[in-house]
Amino acid sequence: MTPLDALESQSIYILREAHSRIDRLAMLWSLGKDSNVMVWLARKAFFGHVPFPVMHVDTEKKFPEMYDFRTRYAEEWNLKLTVRTCPPVEEMDPTLPPAARSAARKTAGLNGLIAEQQLTGVIAGIRRDEEGTRAKERVFSPRGEGNVWDFRNQPPEFWDQFRTDLPPGCHLRVHPLLHWSELDVWRYIKRENIPIVDLYYARDGKRYRSLGDKDITFPVDSNASTIDEIIAELETTDVAERSGRAMDHEAEDAFERLRVGGYM
Amino acid sequence: MATAYALAAPRNLLKIAIVGHVDHGKSTLVGRLLNDTDSLPAGKVDAVAEMCKRRGMPFEWAFVTDALRAERDQGITIDASHIRFSDAVRDYVLIDAPGHREFLKNMISGAAGCDAALVVIDADEGVREQSRRHGYLLHLLGVRQIAVAVTKMDTVDFDAARFGRIESDFRRLLEELGIELSAIVPVSGRDGDNIATRSAKTPWYHGPTVLEAAAAFEPMPEPVELPLRIPVQDVYKFDTRRIIAGRVESGRISVGDEIVFSPSNHVVKVKSLEGWNKESPIAFAEAGEPVGITLEDQVFVERGELISHVAQAPMETNVFRARLFWLGDAPLAAGKRYTLKLGAIEAVVDVEKVERVVDTADLVAANTDAVPRDAVADVILRSSSMLALDPATVNPRTGRFVLADGYDIVGGGLIDMDGYPDQRALITQRATNITSVENTVTDQMRMARNGHRGGVLWFTGLSGAGKSTLAVELERRLFQKGYQVYVLDGDNLRGGLNANLGFSPEDRAENIRRVGEVAALFARAGFVVLTAFISPYRTDRERARDAVGNDQFHEVYVSASLDVCEGRDPKGLYQRARTGEIPDFTGISAPYETPEACEVELNTGKLDVPESMEKLVAYVEKHFPYDGDS
Repeated sequence: MTPLDALESQSIYILREAHSRIDRLAMLWSLGKDSNVMVWLARKAFFGHVPFPVMHVDTEKKFPEMYDFRTRYAEEWNLKLTVRTCPPVEEMDPTLPPAARSAARKTAGLNGLIAEQQLTGVIAGIRRDEEGTRAKERVFSPRGEGNVWDFRNQPPEFWDQFRTDLPPGCHLRVHPLLHWSELDVWRYIKRENIPIVDLYYARDGKRYRSLGDKDITFPVDSNASTIDEIIAELETTDVAERSGRAMDHEAEDAFERLRVGGYM
Repeated sequence: MATAYALAAPRNLLKIAIVGHVDHGKSTLVGRLLNDTDSLPAGKVDAVAEMCKRRGMPFEWAFVTDALRAERDQGITIDASHIRFSDAVRDYVLIDAPGHREFLKNMISGAAGCDAALVVIDADEGVREQSRRHGYLLHLLGVRQIAVAVTKMDTVDFDAARFGRIESDFRRLLEELGIELSAIVPVSGRDGDNIATRSAKTPWYHGPTVLEAAAAFEPMPEPVELPLRIPVQDVYKFDTRRIIAGRVESGRISVGDEIVFSPSNHVVKVKSLEGWNKESPIAFAEAGEPVGITLEDQVFVERGELISHVAQAPMETNVFRARLFWLGDAPLAAGKRYTLKLGAIEAVVDVEKVERVVDTADLVAANTDAVPRDAVADVILRSSSMLALDPATVNPRTGRFVLADGYDIVGGGLIDMDGYPDQRALITQRATNITSVENTVTDQMRMARNGHRGGVLWFTGLSGAGKSTLAVELERRLFQKGYQVYVLDGDNLRGGLNANLGFSPEDRAENIRRVGEVAALFARAGFVVLTAFISPYRTDRERARDAVGNDQFHEVYVSASLDVCEGRDPKGLYQRARTGEIPDFTGISAPYETPEACEVELNTGKLDVPESMEKLVAYVEKHFPYDGDS
């Protein structure tokens, strides 16, 4: 097995466990590169099918290219797509810094969807190498009442035995890409020829390295206009992947506070 | 050193757990290692320096690794953090496993599955309780390559004698566990001595740096050479294929192989290995790979069975000895009941006996009945169901398990079958005995007397589709023609045999299972059995088919549409289901899974009762005749 085969195998194992053990399960599809890889892995795990609903928690502030992408591939990949519009920013915690407050809409939209659909499991495409608090995550990560993440008291997780039973009112976040790196994701996109939004490719010396809302996401300097060039760039860069995501950098603990409250 | 390597060719990743006592300088070592291998993102060191300045404290390398604010406030690592770095040869992920006793479950989560471990010991304090505990747990978790970094050497003036004492203490400890120490390195995090570069302050030391010790570790190989083991994770029927899904834990499986499912003991040939987005058909799969298997013959298998080759099958037992580490707040004791998770198996187990308890801190064995948190013990576990497994020394993947108490995972263990028999032979023996009882009156004799074969017509379909109407009418017609025939329906089964069952999904499944078993007995007794149950789930119907036998089982799909059935609504049930008065009503609020390959389909929306009868009687006369010699 190649390193990419090993990553793929572990993700497939996780997705199959989730599908087998969790009754009311859905996958988050943010339209970014990681969540496209995740949908792709589900099709691998389930032999061309995605047996659970795919949900887009929509801030209505995504780039137009992302909405076009959603329309096209929801149909082409035969996804059971649910789109959920987030509540307005005025309803968010006013003590959060502005970009984090804007990002909190996504948490509120997601938490609303979880309650409404009575979901007991949500598959999310986060990775440990993205950000410090995500490095601390479990593959099957319980969320308690009010969707709170109790990072001080996480269940043990070893030998691929996951905690899949939960008291009523709680749900699981399932993280099939936790062990992947940004480079792994790009190498896999290349190997499998997975479609992605064009915004990742450089235009006029700039490209997006991570896609979020258009008002709080900024492009990085880059001339990488093909997947090979992106891979070459990432092999030498020392700029963090989420450096263009404003909400991560406003205050020391802004992102941690978002995640404890239920952000992906 | 920053690295440039071949485009689009990911390198091997080695997983190293960094383990040690709280305050022994683990996070500092990691922060320094990342910095000295140019593995930190731009600005990270500056950001930490800025933060330390703001808090009025000296620069701390540990803050680079300890990302959470909660950790920075307490000054200890809460959870296993995964951090990557590279050298010229390969990539590494450092799994920063916490040392504090409170967080032992996090240390285990971090270290299990690692290729190697780096144990951190403070030069000033030497080998303490926690270092012994960690050595022992690494051994149980299956980590076989261990190196030690003796940290804070600057605080003992790089004293060679002190280093030598720690080395001999820890080497002796690991030897008792049968582990050979890979390397032991004197380091200082503050100045980076012997971490990535050799230190001038330890001229007496001739071993590797930490980075060199890491480079010398080997990735743990997948057990391709061991006998085939695939736990059945799930069975999929998304399309026309019925696919058994799992991951090859050891060995290799090829198309055409004869495999056995344990403990059901079905033996069947592999028809194909399925994949998606693959260029060519899959001929075989090896340890570590996910698989989707289709079978030459349809047998009923469920999640939890273990696939092997016939010649090298796993052991079957309902009792075994285990060496386990206990993480539960409440002590484990004889008589307590837990959920065992072994591969895809979930089973209830009772603790029959606690044989001995080992305190992992001083490694002294004690005779006590209760196993406290963080202890290791030898226990006997007994399950109510038969389990397919291997001793851990024979196959680590299928010889290890976890225990859950309620919602929580509270321990892990390794199976030791010394002194316990393989019960596979016993099960086979019992099956033979049962068959020999029947031999005096044969199926042949029954058929000869009845003038027809026994078998089951299994009517399935929505409520109101006409299953009972057709079954009762068919019974009358066949009886008149001299058949031994009997209808099984809700009325004659729910009143007696199934009186203890309600309408929860579990009870419904059990109801159908019993119907299938009773139908099988009637069929074996020579009857033509007509069953009339909605039986909405394919899995349940397949289990019934399996109980009866494929050649005697005839699925009759009564396929009136939901509109037609709801229009009839003879008992007013649909109306009550629509208002929510009846929950989980098939077709309204619960699914009906259409048969994939039924023997007969009757659309009663189009056919009237006599037309349906004509088809059914013709079908029975064709498929149930006794012609004297078969």
